[in-house]
Amino acid sequence: MILDLMIWSPVIVGLILLLIGKNATSLSYWLSLTTSLLVFGMSMYALSMFKTDQVGIQFELIAPWIERFNINYHLGIDGISFPLILLTTFITPIVILTARTSNKINLHQYLASFMILEGLMIGVFSSLDAFLFYVFWEAMLIPMFIIIGIWGGENRVYATIKFFLYTFLGSVFMLIAIIYLYISTGSYSIFDFYNLDLSRMEQILIFLAFLFAFAVKIPMWPVHTWLPDAHVEAPTGGSVILAAILLKMGGYGLLRFSLPITPAASNELSMLMVVLSLIAIIYIGMVALSQTDMKKLIAYSSVAHMGFVTLGTFVVFLNHENASIENMNIAISGAMIQMISHGLISGALFLCIGVMYDRIHSREINDYGGVALAMPRFAGLMVFFALANAALPGTSGFVGEVLIILASLKVNFWIALLSGTTLVIGAAYTLWMIKRVIFGSITNEKISNVQDTTAVEFISLIILAFMVLALGVYPEPLMKLMYITLNDLSQLVFAGVGL
Amino acid sequence: MILEYSLIALLSPLIGGVLAAFLGKLLGKIFVNVVTILGVTISFALSIIIALDIWESSAVLNQNIYTWLDIGNMSFHIGILIDNLTASMMVVVTFVSLMVHVYTIGYMHDDPGYHRFFSYISLFTFSMLSLVMSNNFLQLFFGWEAVGVMSYLLIGFWFTKESAIKANLKAFIVNRVGDLSLILGIGIIFSIIGSLDYYAVFSQSQNIAQTELYLSDAWSVSALTAACILLFGGAMGKSAQMPLHVWLPDSMEGPTPISALIHAATMVTAGVFLLARMSPLFQLSTTALSFVLIIGASTALFTGILGLVQNDIKRVIAYSTLSQLGYMVAAAGVSAYSVSLFHLMTHAFFKALLFLAAGSVIVALHHEQDIRKMGGLRTKLPITYLTSLIGSLALIGFPGFSGFFSKDALIEAIGHADILGSGYAYASVLIGVFITALYTFRLFFKVFHGAQDDHHQDVKESPLSITLPLILLAIPSAIVAWPTVGPMVFGSYFANSISQPDAYQIFGYEFTTALGFLVHAFSSPVIYIAVFGVFTAYVLYIYKPSILENKSLESSFIFRILDNKYYFDELYENVFAKKARNIGHLLWTIGDVKTIDNWIVNGTAYRIGNIANRIKVIQSGYIYHYALMMILGLAIFLGWTILNSGVSS
Repeated sequence: MILDLMIWSPVIVGLILLLIGKNATSLSYWLSLTTSLLVFGMSMYALSMFKTDQVGIQFELIAPWIERFNINYHLGIDGISFPLILLTTFITPIVILTARTSNKINLHQYLASFMILEGLMIGVFSSLDAFLFYVFWEAMLIPMFIIIGIWGGENRVYATIKFFLYTFLGSVFMLIAIIYLYISTGSYSIFDFYNLDLSRMEQILIFLAFLFAFAVKIPMWPVHTWLPDAHVEAPTGGSVILAAILLKMGGYGLLRFSLPITPAASNELSMLMVVLSLIAIIYIGMVALSQTDMKKLIAYSSVAHMGFVTLGTFVVFLNHENASIENMNIAISGAMIQMISHGLISGALFLCIGVMYDRIHSREINDYGGVALAMPRFAGLMVFFALANAALPGTSGFVGEVLIILASLKVNFWIALLSGTTLVIGAAYTLWMIKRVIFGSITNEKISNVQDTTAVEFISLIILAFMVLALGVYPEPLMKLMYITLNDLSQLVFAGVGL
Repeated sequence: MILEYSLIALLSPLIGGVLAAFLGKLLGKIFVNVVTILGVTISFALSIIIALDIWESSAVLNQNIYTWLDIGNMSFHIGILIDNLTASMMVVVTFVSLMVHVYTIGYMHDDPGYHRFFSYISLFTFSMLSLVMSNNFLQLFFGWEAVGVMSYLLIGFWFTKESAIKANLKAFIVNRVGDLSLILGIGIIFSIIGSLDYYAVFSQSQNIAQTELYLSDAWSVSALTAACILLFGGAMGKSAQMPLHVWLPDSMEGPTPISALIHAATMVTAGVFLLARMSPLFQLSTTALSFVLIIGASTALFTGILGLVQNDIKRVIAYSTLSQLGYMVAAAGVSAYSVSLFHLMTHAFFKALLFLAAGSVIVALHHEQDIRKMGGLRTKLPITYLTSLIGSLALIGFPGFSGFFSKDALIEAIGHADILGSGYAYASVLIGVFITALYTFRLFFKVFHGAQDDHHQDVKESPLSITLPLILLAIPSAIVAWPTVGPMVFGSYFANSISQPDAYQIFGYEFTTALGFLVHAFSSPVIYIAVFGVFTAYVLYIYKPSILENKSLESSFIFRILDNKYYFDELYENVFAKKARNIGHLLWTIGDVKTIDNWIVNGTAYRIGNIANRIKVIQSGYIYHYALMMILGLAIFLGWTILNSGVSS
């Protein structure tokens, strides 16, 4: 019931805004802000009811939808999906709150898109029926497509089409896999898929089909090039949601579908996945170093950071001698924490870039310098998020990466070493940008006249900073939320692989 | 009780720093001074109480505070370990920090970032305390990186100065190379023991010693040696050992108080602390110890030589710091951890003193740092002069001063060792003694003696907030070793925290009293070498400076190498930094833009468009085209069926 409310109340409010919001911009703003806060409140209520010591799905809800094909409206959450839902309900109010900071045409439509998007994203994370999942997954593309396509930058048409084709093409393969699984089981329930006894070839093909969809979303090298373009063209709010939540759907899919449905294929193709992850971490890290556009830089940094998610998900299979449930738990816990943390940090960095863009109207690093002189409060926050992006201990950015490095070291020294280079490369590209943007003396006259953060901007960033710090200093509560589910997943996968 | 005291000691600088950061601008300078200095004073007072208590009872406090992360039966904690090693570090850190806090009142008086500066140094003190008070590797890494960040922010404190923000980026990235090594070392230990608590690891160190680390199917090395060398890699970054030393001289771009606090007395000694803390592991690997010894001795000698050609007052002292850190590391290499820590302590006092004295000179000369433009300041700055003299004598190891006891014991330990590389190390540190005396008194004579520079007629001694810390640091620099050398170096003070051979095995003779030690030292060459160094400096810079005015000296090959600091910076800039940027650019333009985007993504779109363009010819819209197609198709289909049926019948 509460999941129902969390999915549909923002969608309905979004539709209402589209109908009545035309001449009521302020009302639309307050209505959507209130709704998103209510949804956040609901997720907090769910958190208080969530049992962290219980294996399996909670808040389950099942109703027949299309009975002819045994498709059910089946919702529920566990320790993998719930943290991501919390991330969604946490980030959305911040995006809505900051939506008014830059002038936008048809603000009510902009807000409506985000409201509808929020409902659909929660829908993706809480669907337990593969068909329902697919519907939410594809429906989500539409508001995002509109957000970039209407409120985006100059080259937005190219970016939206690229974004749409990439993700749509990926999802088609996933649909084929889902239909195949339906034919094999006679059900669309994801958990029925877990029990299938698939041959090696079937597993590999299904794994690859899902991988297409998830790899594009994460995004993994080499299907990542839509992301920098989409980020550069997207309005600030769009970038925040894209980086913070949409990218997590791929990682979520790997944990929800790929690992448990095709464990043998996950094991067999782990080398491929690890190599692609390391390429993302190192190659993309180096690419980030040479960017001159701040948004592109953070976009590439996102790809590199998400490389840790895929590394953590698959690295344990590489060395069967040292493979253990404990190490798998460390690795996938690292992947989950990395997803949550990246959601907060990259979201915050895109907000920061938005704050500067609203004032200077440039994303080029070379147009900046000396921002700390004009905006000391803002500079302090931006430096903090940059350090978090460089995985500083005590911030959330460190937790996931160190767990994955520790888990990798048990598998193979060289993988740990290669993935660890992010400590150097990540620091280099992030802090080099900080040096050129925040520090230095003012060369662009526009900067000397700008105002420091407004109250709204400051509050949004300080809340994010608080969360980044809290998760870094005390990640245990988050871990507690996930542990039982992740341990269960590890057991399932290890049994499936035959380890 | 000790637990509560240590928590308060740990947290009070944090609270002071946070209050100064958020309310400093609002409530003004007095408020900032009160909260930060009060925080550090509480911390210092409690550190003394804790140190005395622990010394007396020899009890060790090892207490987890909270569980950071729990993954099944794997737990990571935040906790406190108080033994004599921790307690002595706490006293040193909080004392120097307190001195620097007081000194900063005068030194940063007119700086617009006044409250920010105080907040940073208080937060630094907190970070450093959490590093030394940790009871596990993970929290050590937390503190390790936290001090790195505070150092980053403080080197770049004057963030409009291009050289400062270049230096702080360099410092952070070079340190990150060390940190990567450190985390891999920690990872190896974790992968074998499954825990990161010091005591859990140390009690199973034999397990690590018996494990092999497979680098490939056929190639394995001792996991313990690998872990130790990787841990030491972290120490090389933070304690600026060659070849990761390049960031420390550049860090002098930061304000002088932090050069004293962070880049001389406390943070850069974290690597030495690490070696002592990990002694139960290092003692099991002679290979790792030899590696430590050779790196330390090389740093001691070669960076000291660079101090001879520097003309910036702070950079001379910075190279001296590098060299002294090399001494400490080398001592750890011959398992003489207690001497290494003893030198860490005395060095913290006299080096902080020298930096703060240099700061006093710099302020008096209105931010002049070039020693060629100084001279004859001894009458103008009497307090600075006297305290500098004490610091310099302590640095060169002049008999009776604190640095004498630590350095002499250190060199004896290296001389008495017989592991691989100890001969080289002994020669290096002996030459190093001469070099140390030479650059120290070169600086001293050039600044305080000789002719006065005409530009500096209105020079006045610094205010009390600057001279008071100088005096308070000069006292331990002169005498702290007398009561402490016996228990700390030769006694059992560190027995509850460090594992090392007993004193007789390390030094080869029995210690009686500090005076006996002093007398004994006259039978070794160290004192004479130091005095000869001072004499050489006297001849070259006071008695007959014309010797150095020879022009061919400046163009000589050796001078060029020294002036370019052995070309390390050029190497790193051209080979690593520039290459990384170039490779990144190439990967981006060729990999992402050309191959993936233009060729595959847009290329596919383009090819589909192309194919569609050709195919669309057949959709011409003319009925007769379609009719022709239909007839042709029908004919082919019919023909194929007829032929097929003909064959089968």
